[in-house]
Amino acid sequence: MSGLSETAGRALQAALAAGAEAAEAYAARESGREVRVHGGEVESLTAATQAGVGVRAWIGHRVGYAYGTDLGADGVAAIAARAAEAARVADEDEFAAPPQPAAAEPLAGLSDRSVTTSPAERVVALALEVERSALGADPRVAAVEQAVYADAAEAVAIASSAGVAGEYESSSCFAYVQALAEGEDGRETGLGFGLARGPDGLDPSAIGAEGGQRAVAMIGAAKPASRSCPVVLDPTVAASFAGLIGGGLGAGAVQRGRSPFAGRLGERLASEAFALHDDGREPAGAASSPFDAEGVPRRRTALIEGGELRAYLYDTYTGNRDGAPSTGNAARGGYRSLPSVAASNLIVAPGRLSAAELFAQAGEGVFVTDVAGLHSGVNPVTGVFSVGASGLAIRGGELAEPVREFTIAGELVPMLGSVLAAGSEARWVPFGGSVCTPPLLIGEMSISGS
Amino acid sequence: MSGLIDPAVAERVLARALAHGGRFAEVFAERRRGLTMSIDESRIESVQSGAEEGAGVRVVEGNTTYFAHVDGLDPDDLERAAGEAASALRGERREPRALAAAEPGTPHPIARRPEEVESARKAGLLRELDERGRAEGAEIVQFTASYAEARREVAVANSDGLLSEDDRTRTRIGAQAVARRGDSVETGAETLGAHRGFELLEDDPAEIAAQAARKALTLLDARPAPSGSMPVVVGGGFGGVLFHEMTGHGLEADHVQKGASVYAGKLGEQVAQPLLNAFDDGRMRGEWGSDAIDDEGTPTQKTQVIEEGRLTSYLYDHLSAERDAVASTGNGRRESFRHLPLPRMTNTYIAPGEATPQELIAEVKRGFYAVSFAGGQVDPATGDFVFGVSEGYLIEDGKVGSPCRGATLIGNCLDALAAIDAVADDFFMKTGICGKGGQRVPVGTGQGHVRVGSMTVGGTEL
Repeated sequence: MSGLSETAGRALQAALAAGAEAAEAYAARESGREVRVHGGEVESLTAATQAGVGVRAWIGHRVGYAYGTDLGADGVAAIAARAAEAARVADEDEFAAPPQPAAAEPLAGLSDRSVTTSPAERVVALALEVERSALGADPRVAAVEQAVYADAAEAVAIASSAGVAGEYESSSCFAYVQALAEGEDGRETGLGFGLARGPDGLDPSAIGAEGGQRAVAMIGAAKPASRSCPVVLDPTVAASFAGLIGGGLGAGAVQRGRSPFAGRLGERLASEAFALHDDGREPAGAASSPFDAEGVPRRRTALIEGGELRAYLYDTYTGNRDGAPSTGNAARGGYRSLPSVAASNLIVAPGRLSAAELFAQAGEGVFVTDVAGLHSGVNPVTGVFSVGASGLAIRGGELAEPVREFTIAGELVPMLGSVLAAGSEARWVPFGGSVCTPPLLIGEMSISGS
Repeated sequence: MSGLIDPAVAERVLARALAHGGRFAEVFAERRRGLTMSIDESRIESVQSGAEEGAGVRVVEGNTTYFAHVDGLDPDDLERAAGEAASALRGERREPRALAAAEPGTPHPIARRPEEVESARKAGLLRELDERGRAEGAEIVQFTASYAEARREVAVANSDGLLSEDDRTRTRIGAQAVARRGDSVETGAETLGAHRGFELLEDDPAEIAAQAARKALTLLDARPAPSGSMPVVVGGGFGGVLFHEMTGHGLEADHVQKGASVYAGKLGEQVAQPLLNAFDDGRMRGEWGSDAIDDEGTPTQKTQVIEEGRLTSYLYDHLSAERDAVASTGNGRRESFRHLPLPRMTNTYIAPGEATPQELIAEVKRGFYAVSFAGGQVDPATGDFVFGVSEGYLIEDGKVGSPCRGATLIGNCLDALAAIDAVADDFFMKTGICGKGGQRVPVGTGQGHVRVGSMTVGGTEL
């Protein structure tokens, strides 16, 4: 048993001693680093270590939570006591009950040793290479706002009085660059990024080139005319929308009537071209783990298939409310947060068309490469959205001049019905959670420009 | 004195941090305590209590910052973090200056410590909000509210000999209502927060529940927002988030120095009409974005950023100020000991003008009235911004007309700032949480009603 499992076990016992009738402890330790470079120099180099425990305590059907960083005997006892005290403040909820144990299959491929074995010099060189590639992508790339590399190695252990027990380790890293291109009427920015389990899995020159090319592509952008037209969503944009859909399919939002998908299970609401599933065991997905944030085994759940809404995502609590089993979708932002239901890795099924074929099918429309204001421009209850966008016009079935400072507006669910095609090339995107999606062709969207 | 870090320990940590060179070293220690809870479906839930402590150590040499942070305040852990931060340096040992306690900044008085108030009282307050929100009408089908208290004790010591401390307590409540009529579903939200204790909640806090519910009910009558360019009148208080996003971020010196701000090189220039005056003020008493010192130990201050339409100052932290050979404006802020400080806004606002809100609206033939925003986003390098309007109305023939749903304001900072042609006298502040570089900090935004001569409204009306 590792030190982390031992800590979780101690916290669990302390919670029971403090008056909890059932308890669960989640202990996590993380070490990571981050490099930021600018102008060929290291701007900052960060080394981070953190460790803590979060305790969930049940007294009858009341649940409370406490967390802390003091893992000494007194510290853990104090955290556990605060969890029990928090449970006494909460109201009775008949569905609040500790998760039952179930064996989780081990999941290989979550850790890449290169995260811990690569020296700082190597990852600094990687970040510098990202910046250099962005600058070298095109003479019009004037500068790089920032190039960043970051990684983390994490260990997690969970233990509960119901008999849940498990631990795993995982690693992750990413690099991104924000390139600046100089146009006649001002500057344009372009983002390039990559994700992997370790630095060996990143391609720094591709990340840099993407940022540089995206910035240059926007030079000379003007407002497009307001109209309703076909739209192709770049994977980075499609991922943000997939994340919103995944949020609306969480049973928590559905049960509380705060989702546009509430009451629509079994309905044909999407086109055949759009299929979506959640898979917490996909090795390439950043959110993958053998078990979820409350120890329930991760699995694959088909959400939208054949145009039909097939399932919602459940954790133990929302499952209890619907008399359904958990789908292994409890999530938490580390030991500092209570578990709650959320998508793990969302995967949009790729189609058959290349990007060029999607543009050809769109004919006259807009290729949206970036959206802004998603957190304020979307009503998660109704799915009505209006967000800022930029991209390239599509004319005669081909990419044409860049466009910016416009909004795209519509409603999430009807939008799924008007997906005409999914592209053949999917990629992992860290926006909207952990999402793997191809570009999507939407038959019609409302564009507001000049 | 919170006694977070013994000065002798701090001196040892700083010496260790400079063991291989560096022109500046700093240790930032912090103890955080917090309690949050919420009410949903008329049930108290998500009661969470947190306690964390830790420290971050940085060493600066050339243009590079070396940073390490650890959980816990054990002297051995702090020294290890200092060693880690210094490990990539290869220079000669430097000696930090002896520490001398700095003049303390102006503390923000806390009349009633939230942690000394019984949890049951806080739960009771949420029940009161729930009742008030739901009492606004049968069309309020859902109501949620949240309570949060947080105390951050911080201590900063650096190799220039500075030693300073601050003890910050913030309290905030939020209410969100969902109204339904047939197929039409709308939401309304309101918050109340301050750098104050439980005394903030003594004077009818449940009024925000009624306000949130009324916003949602109003929107049930809303029609889809129009699209196109038109004059826009922006409401007071949280309307100030427009200035925060479109100008404030571009004044943060890190963006400016990288050439990634549309305001770079514009100091002293006329960027707005002469009627416009704007400030960042981290000293406003009890205000949400206020602190006695910033997270580098510099006392917070009031900085005029726009004077009669002229750009007068950027916002600096220690390093960006050093680069421009000016003094820090006390804007070096960080989310926690796990983060490096960055130039950040505190309370940012457009100073009140002389017009009345009614006059601003009466002069508009056809336009849009954005009372409040759900949030916004800006790319400081290009100046492109976007805002989601949470409560908006048409303006027709100088009068406020039908409510509109789903409106977004979009534009470019320089154009929109220059287009502000009237500022009203009904000034007030509101609370926000601002994200930058993955760090979230509390900020205040404020203004009276403001009119932008022309702006693009992106609606859902086809």
